[in-house]
Amino acid sequence: MTSTTLSPAPTPTAAPAGASRQRGPAAARARRKRVLHWIAVHCVAIAVALLFILPFVFVFLTSVMSDSQAMSGDLWPDSWHWENYKAVFETDGFLDWWKNSLLYAGLGTVFTVCSAIPVAYALAKFRFRGRRTAMILVISTMMLPPQVIVIPMYLVWAQQFHLSGTLWPLIIPMAFGDAYSIFLLRQFLLTIPKEYIESAKVDGCGELRTLLKIIVPMAKPGIAAIALFQFFYCWNDYFGPQIYAAQNPASWTLSYGLESFKSAHSVNWNLTMAATLLVMAPVCIVFFFAQKAFVEGVTLTGVKG
Amino acid sequence: MALTLSNPARRRLRTLGFLSPWLIGFSVFFAYPLIATVYFSFMHYNQIQKPDFVGLRNWRYVFEQMPLFGPALWNTLWLVVVMVALRVIFGLSLGLLITKIKTGAGFFRTAFYLPYLAPPVAATVAFVFLLNPSTGPVNEVLAHLGITGPNWFNDAAWAKPSLVMLSLWGIGDLMVIFMAALLDVPREQYEAAELDGAGAWSKFRYVTWPSITPIVMFAVVTGVVQTMQYYTQALVAGKIASGVSIGPGSVIQPGYPDHSTLTVPQLVYSMGFQNFNTGAACVLSLVLFAIAMAVTMLLMRKRSGLLAAED
Repeated sequence: MTSTTLSPAPTPTAAPAGASRQRGPAAARARRKRVLHWIAVHCVAIAVALLFILPFVFVFLTSVMSDSQAMSGDLWPDSWHWENYKAVFETDGFLDWWKNSLLYAGLGTVFTVCSAIPVAYALAKFRFRGRRTAMILVISTMMLPPQVIVIPMYLVWAQQFHLSGTLWPLIIPMAFGDAYSIFLLRQFLLTIPKEYIESAKVDGCGELRTLLKIIVPMAKPGIAAIALFQFFYCWNDYFGPQIYAAQNPASWTLSYGLESFKSAHSVNWNLTMAATLLVMAPVCIVFFFAQKAFVEGVTLTGVKG
Repeated sequence: MALTLSNPARRRLRTLGFLSPWLIGFSVFFAYPLIATVYFSFMHYNQIQKPDFVGLRNWRYVFEQMPLFGPALWNTLWLVVVMVALRVIFGLSLGLLITKIKTGAGFFRTAFYLPYLAPPVAATVAFVFLLNPSTGPVNEVLAHLGITGPNWFNDAAWAKPSLVMLSLWGIGDLMVIFMAALLDVPREQYEAAELDGAGAWSKFRYVTWPSITPIVMFAVVTGVVQTMQYYTQALVAGKIASGVSIGPGSVIQPGYPDHSTLTVPQLVYSMGFQNFNTGAACVLSLVLFAIAMAVTMLLMRKRSGLLAAED
């Protein structure tokens, strides 16, 4: 696997200068061509990077405008209204939405990781009849739209367990394996040589001890990746909370609440943009601390074989 | 194989034990509701009275009479074709660009990747603001350049292209996948091609492309399945752009403006949870299921790496 870092530190290279040690007109021409290539690539990159970053900049600038200026087409704030952020936090329910998002994403992540580890291990390292079928079923569930099964599931949770209006119908199933996490972790476990498992066996380790003492420590990057992806999946989820929590504002998550926040403050684009940035913030902060696990996780899903 | 236990029965039990979380999850949270969806598709059921068998009536209603089915299917297929094609082309271009960058690669990668992390609802709300026809920064900037911007999310002709722009902004995951694939192309092949006097295009066509085709295939198929589920962004964009104050429980016509952003998953929600027409909603679910299943089969048949590295 290609290891890639997204670290903001620039990679020092000697591309334009010192590229060739020969002399003569041919070498000079080659060097000039290389310099022009370097300039062209970086100009395109800067232009594209601007397009990617500008939305964040505009959103931020609007979030600190006064109410009236946010409704004009102005791009730069006349005066900086940091108190907009305070106003967002003081909005009814906003802190509850944070609490609910953390509960859903936190518990969901723990459940998913604990249930995915043994399943992924069995699928990666055990030999048994139906292993291929099991993998095909895992991939099929991973690919299916959540809307396909939502109606009977909702009816069960609402009518048998009376849990609609809470986030539990979303959290509980995660204790029973999440297809995407199982698949991703299995891809990671395939890269661990079976010699490690064999020598653990020789030392008298049972299956469970081998998993906990040998595999889990070695699979930390893979486990970190599924934990992150699951956390963000829950944090970003809109469909799930809309199905189960919509009728009870006390159970709303940030992702679901944000849209109603906009509707309630129909003219206050400044407050809405401040709230938008506050919903994005945790994701960006976690990303900066865990870039590597992230990028490895993304590549792992795409680049095997 | 070294993972042998003393007897096969114990080994089978061990396998079942390790797989049990998924086995339970698969049966209870997947197989059961799927069968129930098929069952409800033949029932008249308003979620209050007992279900009532009506044969194929729900199916006929969806395909022959349901006024919004046509637009929803059309929008979904439009998005599948346009969004997936543009995402793959743009993702691959960015991947190529990022592998060519010599200075500041880390900065550029982070800049291109970051929008992918923005929560879909937040990103959508932000884009509806940015593309707001009268007060949004984008049209403001365009006006400075002497261009009259379109009405974006408020114009039936521009709403879907606006959603495509939003999706291209979040291209980071595809870019990383393509970048890794491009870095895995053996360097010697480029050198050999250069010795043969190949230009940039021939190098791409005869060295890069054959080696990344499985990843492109993977990106297309997963892109199709993801777009089949396209829901949050379309729904939130329609609701926010319509400017209607929506409290909980209030029902607005989905797909503002003029059903141009209505997708099949939205129709499932609106049928099942707003109109309480469970039968029709289940029929729509099964239409989604059939398409997604067909694409998934294609993915596994083409062996795009998903089941590779088996041993």
